[in-house]
Amino acid sequence: MASTTLRHTAWILRGNPLTGVAAAGVVLLILIAIFGPSIVPYDPIASNVSQALMPPSMAHLAGTDQLGRDNFSRLVVATRLDLVIAVSAVGISFVLGAVIGAFCGYAAGRLDRAVGRFVDVMMAFPLFVLAMAMVAALGNRVENIVIATAIINLPFYIRFARAEVNIRRNVGWVEAARASGESHISVVLRFLLPNVLPAMAVQMSLNLGWAILNAAGLSFIGLGVKPPTPEWGIMVAEGARFISTGKWWLVAFPGLALMLAVLCFNLLGDGMRDILDPRMRT
Amino acid sequence: MSSLPALFGVLVFTFLLMRVLPGDPAVFFASGPNAGKEEIEVIRKQMGLDKPVPEQLLLYLYDVGRGNLGRSLMTGQPVTTDLRDRLPASLELTLTALLIALVSAIPLGVLAALKPGSLIDHGVRLFCALGVCVPTFVSGLLLIYVFYYLLGLAPDPTGRIDVFTSLPPARTGFLTVDFLLAGDVDGWWAAFRQLILPAGTMALFVIAPLARITRASMLVSLGSDFVRTARSVGLSWWRIVVTYALRNAILPVITIAGIVFSTMLGANVLVEKVYSWPGVASYALDALLSSDYAPVQGFVLLMASIFVVVNLLVDVLYGVADPRVSI
Repeated sequence: MASTTLRHTAWILRGNPLTGVAAAGVVLLILIAIFGPSIVPYDPIASNVSQALMPPSMAHLAGTDQLGRDNFSRLVVATRLDLVIAVSAVGISFVLGAVIGAFCGYAAGRLDRAVGRFVDVMMAFPLFVLAMAMVAALGNRVENIVIATAIINLPFYIRFARAEVNIRRNVGWVEAARASGESHISVVLRFLLPNVLPAMAVQMSLNLGWAILNAAGLSFIGLGVKPPTPEWGIMVAEGARFISTGKWWLVAFPGLALMLAVLCFNLLGDGMRDILDPRMRT
Repeated sequence: MSSLPALFGVLVFTFLLMRVLPGDPAVFFASGPNAGKEEIEVIRKQMGLDKPVPEQLLLYLYDVGRGNLGRSLMTGQPVTTDLRDRLPASLELTLTALLIALVSAIPLGVLAALKPGSLIDHGVRLFCALGVCVPTFVSGLLLIYVFYYLLGLAPDPTGRIDVFTSLPPARTGFLTVDFLLAGDVDGWWAAFRQLILPAGTMALFVIAPLARITRASMLVSLGSDFVRTARSVGLSWWRIVVTYALRNAILPVITIAGIVFSTMLGANVLVEKVYSWPGVASYALDALLSSDYAPVQGFVLLMASIFVVVNLLVDVLYGVADPRVSI
């Protein structure tokens, strides 16, 4: 069984080498997040006004900002914060969404229909606006960006887990588990959820990119992360003031970092979906 | 209509959110840091903040029912007036963006579906993959850099129109339309030039999902029996693709367009901030950052109502595109 999965994975990778590249990119991002702060050439918050707003050069690979801080060092150090925000937000909504969705899907009935309808409507609502209001209400802190991003992601996971559990709630092995005296809670947690998790993991990878964009958007408009903390969204916001005088590097490099991170997670998610379910290929 | 309970839920939810906001707005809007305790108490009474929260909620719902969204402490005007003044700017921006997105995404998707695996197909897929990865605020700023700083084609990216331009009589509130109605071509050109970059920024972000769904559903409908039959009886290529295949493929596109529209309402906040566009989203953002409740609640309510209307419109369009669907 394991060897066929491996062979299938290898076959997919040969047909779609991008997935391998994306996986390598994600590993690289994680390594940067862990070791980045200890290998950067400059202190990310030390200002040096004599070197302010210098374009990219050998000394400053990505130029310097209005306070003479090294843009490259700030970019590298920011990776950890951006990843931590996105991963913890998606992690929270993954766990909560899976459990809520699984119980609703298992229970079926009126409550399930109500939750389902509510979730459908929520998904189409301008979620960024809600996240904005939530961060402002809960307080302008990083933890609250995580909470807000987790909440607006929740509907996607609830809906997914609900649909996946719903089609399995009456299959043979579930009835067998029930017949052998397992409680409903145990059936959901020990039998149904493990079967749903792989598909949800794919969803999670696809979602991480979105979460990164959301968190960066919130800090771009001035919510959550505060200067001088290096974070990609706020770096773009600080660089925005200088774009109409041609200082492109302050916007382009953090933008590129955001884009590459999101691209890696999206491609990895697509590739994982191909491995898991070849029929879903588009 | 099923979205009405959710609309109500959103209303109550934002109200409660706003009530737990840190910072006492009464202190904020008192005359200054030296304001006495009595003065703050008076303001608190005026704002109804001394009553228990459930009572405040009921009062708020009653007011909303009568079309009164409260008064903005920032501008000193009723929120409904502020929103009405600023809504046309946001709508003009969002609708132009949606138009640009549809006009470019549908042909791209159709072309990609006509020749799967070709260069153009790969090009469209690459564009889609990249398009969803670039945050709107970054692409907006880079567009400013290229078209304003480097090429000098775009005007100063601040606001809807140069402050020295004389405005046309406001009929629709859409500057480009008003200028046309007034027969002022130069004015129209100035407004159009201001509009095209922000609208293009927003469109870039949503072309990807639209093109992707067009491609997927065109592939299905091109592979179906009725297209094969149409081919075999010798109908022209154009007629097969546009009248038969595209019409059948358009339903999922309409659904996605509805969803896309609501993400655009959210993206408005970012785009309006980048281009200093005087719309409802930047108004709500300013209010949010100075803990002014009423405008934020009004904004979220407005977004929710627009969203309900768009959903209805999508249902109606469904009926037009597919006569078997009745509303």
